[in-house]
Amino acid sequence: MKKWVKILVLFFALGQVQNATAQDDLLDLLESESEPVTNYTFATFKGTKLVSGHSIETNGKGVLQFLIGHRFGRINSGISDLFGIDNATIRLGFEYGITDQLNIGFGRSSYLKTYDGTVKWKFLRQKSGAENFPFTATLVSQGFIDTTPWSDPERQNFFSSRLAYTHSLLLARKFNNYLSLQLMPAIAHRNIVPLKKDNNTIVAVGAGGSVKLTGSLRVNVEYYYIPENQIFSLVNGETVKNPLSIGVDLETGGHVFQLHLTNSRGMTEKFLLGETTGSWLNGDIHFGFNVSRVFTVKKPKEYEKI
Amino acid sequence: MKKIIAITLLVGLSFVGFGQKYLTQTGQINFYSFAEKEDITAVNNQVSSVLNTENGELAFSLLMKAFSFEKALMQEHFNEKYVESDKYPKATFKGSIIDFDAAKITDKATTVKVQGKLTIHGVTKDITTTGTLQKTSSGNIIAKASFIINLDDYNIAIPSAVKNKVSNKIEIKVNLEYEKMG
Repeated sequence: MKKWVKILVLFFALGQVQNATAQDDLLDLLESESEPVTNYTFATFKGTKLVSGHSIETNGKGVLQFLIGHRFGRINSGISDLFGIDNATIRLGFEYGITDQLNIGFGRSSYLKTYDGTVKWKFLRQKSGAENFPFTATLVSQGFIDTTPWSDPERQNFFSSRLAYTHSLLLARKFNNYLSLQLMPAIAHRNIVPLKKDNNTIVAVGAGGSVKLTGSLRVNVEYYYIPENQIFSLVNGETVKNPLSIGVDLETGGHVFQLHLTNSRGMTEKFLLGETTGSWLNGDIHFGFNVSRVFTVKKPKEYEKI
Repeated sequence: MKKIIAITLLVGLSFVGFGQKYLTQTGQINFYSFAEKEDITAVNNQVSSVLNTENGELAFSLLMKAFSFEKALMQEHFNEKYVESDKYPKATFKGSIIDFDAAKITDKATTVKVQGKLTIHGVTKDITTTGTLQKTSSGNIIAKASFIINLDDYNIAIPSAVKNKVSNKIEIKVNLEYEKMG
């Protein structure tokens, strides 16, 4: 008989426990049924360009970005040039997302009438959660064609002399919502260089970062260190310097405005690496801006299911 | 000894009889923002939900990052600036169907009233809405509902620059098919 009572008590106790867990919670039940998810880091930077050079960001699949870049002349050129406003150069560029990770691009700089083509591949992504990886890595390969008239049309000129290439490996980490840093080892190759002792292929290493101030405002910095004894010739009568650029991003809906100060005239890696001659200390600073607008050419597949 | 076995069986049976639950992990929730300058629609096809047909209790859970938008940039802004998915990765709902009667779920859509707590962006609010339940020939239950929420109720701020592009009133549509839990 005693046994009976014990079992009955146990039965009710069990029932209570069962009831308690049933209510406690359908949400917990959902939690236990769900697979752990991997969170891919997004918005490490706001633009596909940090300032003049690329950031690790790529356009999403089916997204076309139109990018207009301006660099004015040097601020220290004085009032007669309205502090550089008279000598603007422009680059028009398009970038397109073949996939979320693979982009192609095309552009033309008025500076040295240069066309550029880009292949950009984000091959590693920073992620956390079920899977972890500490940084994002993107490979950027670019080719350039300088179409300025031959300096000496009399001699035999080769088309290949117009070509230059740059390749960079971009490694970036978003540390938190306010700080992202990027490291970018790079090489630049010119098929023709002015002096025999100039290196056709130069190496450089860049570093950049972005600090978020408010929801839509960021400050970006971009710097490349070009080790010495690679370029000896002068460019436009000046020695080659390391490019340093500082900018702010302003974001509104589909546009990103980037305003910056830089010692580089050009807006692509080719000009940054080996053709930057401005000196910050002398005030050879160019004011510039990028405006980008994205167009969704192809809608995402999930979205079409609505 | 026989008694113990009988009771164990009884307990076991009561489990089966009482814990009648229906589950889905591929439910769909859409939301719509109709503003002066721009209409925004997003879809999430990975909504998980459970319905207890014993007492009419139900729960929803979804990942904010799983919402897909027409434009990639919208999705980035949604996660980064509006719902802050890194801080608040999930939205959940926990509630019950008022005057629930499992027998009323037939192959014709029955209207039910649902009441519960909706949590978005870390803010929990009581909501009440109507929906429909319908049994399919395979024994699944189809649930549909639609309701409107105000973004400011959930402390989601719209930047003044896009005031005429993003509506404060968001229409949410729920559409899912529950399968009996095994």
